[in-house]
Amino acid sequence: MNSERSKSYSLRRRAVVKELLAQRGDALVVAGLGAAAWDVTAAGDEPLNFPLWGAMGGAVPLGLGLALAQPSRRVLVITGDGEMLMGIGSLATVATQRPPNLAIVVLDNERYGETGMQLTHTAGGVDLGAIAAASGIPICRTVSDKKSFRSVIPQIQKEVGPLFFNIKIRAENLPLMLPPKDGAYLKDRFQLALLGTDAII
Amino acid sequence: MDSLEPETWPQDIYQVLVENRVRQVAYIPDIGHASLIKMCHKSNNMKTVVLTTEEEGVALLAGAWLGGDRGVLLMQSSGVGNCINMLSLTRVCRMPLLILVTMRGEWGEFNPWQVPMGQNTKQVLTVAGVLTFAVNDKDRIKETVEAAAKMAFEGPAATAVLISQRILGAKTFDR
Repeated sequence: MNSERSKSYSLRRRAVVKELLAQRGDALVVAGLGAAAWDVTAAGDEPLNFPLWGAMGGAVPLGLGLALAQPSRRVLVITGDGEMLMGIGSLATVATQRPPNLAIVVLDNERYGETGMQLTHTAGGVDLGAIAAASGIPICRTVSDKKSFRSVIPQIQKEVGPLFFNIKIRAENLPLMLPPKDGAYLKDRFQLALLGTDAII
Repeated sequence: MDSLEPETWPQDIYQVLVENRVRQVAYIPDIGHASLIKMCHKSNNMKTVVLTTEEEGVALLAGAWLGGDRGVLLMQSSGVGNCINMLSLTRVCRMPLLILVTMRGEWGEFNPWQVPMGQNTKQVLTVAGVLTFAVNDKDRIKETVEAAAKMAFEGPAATAVLISQRILGAKTFDR
């Protein structure tokens, strides 16, 4: 396990997510629990964000169900390395379904950030991009510097998927930026914005 | 089994799913669901999603519902235990979830490893907030799935139909 490496990564999570979501268009955004949900909220709390406060391991399969239901909309899953590891089998499910509108972005700081910054498996050399590629997701990239990140933003937004991007980010503790906590409210506002009033009657 | 005639209850379930406008069918296969899974694969209106673990299906169908699709989750009783934490998503977000469980470890089971989950399936679902509908008569499967689907999608609620091993016949591996 490499306990120091991710402290020196140049990409910063809040700036990465802010830049990614500045060009989101009409994308539907699913955020995995913990820091990824706070990052998405820091970039702007929106009805078409679905931030998870639990259901660890569920961000990618939830994004898949949404992508299958809404084939004309871009679905962007933004999650952390610990959350992705818990639902790692879902990458095989995504590869099997091949939703062209699904992009998965993992913010990989090699830590469980909400529980004391303990090292995850990626600090021990586990390569999430390689797992995604071996699962059969056709486009997989690992990005660790600003120039490469900027170059992949158009891919994340537009390219025919499914796509998987592992973004190596600095391990850092940042102020909490909490989205609404009530799941029923998050669901209702999302459906209202996406499907209109008929959906919530 | 009473006769060599093919069972009709899988077709009955399929019909209920069609009538309920189910669009996404997530499953970990069980021999008891084999005919139903085949029918769903053939449907032009249903997307079938084979999972790596049952909890994926809980999250998948939450995403489906957010996007306006109704779904169903097919599994055998051993898969229920895999879903527990993910069911918090369904519950906290007050979303519908329809689960069809074929039972193992319940009636004439030859494999003792199926018994701990099979004997506790109903209790586990109940404490996780899922309404359960047990059925042990094949002529009552259709009405039971109809009732569970109605309470799931009109609720919204999480509901599970437990299809008894008495109907399925105990698995033997022909031993």
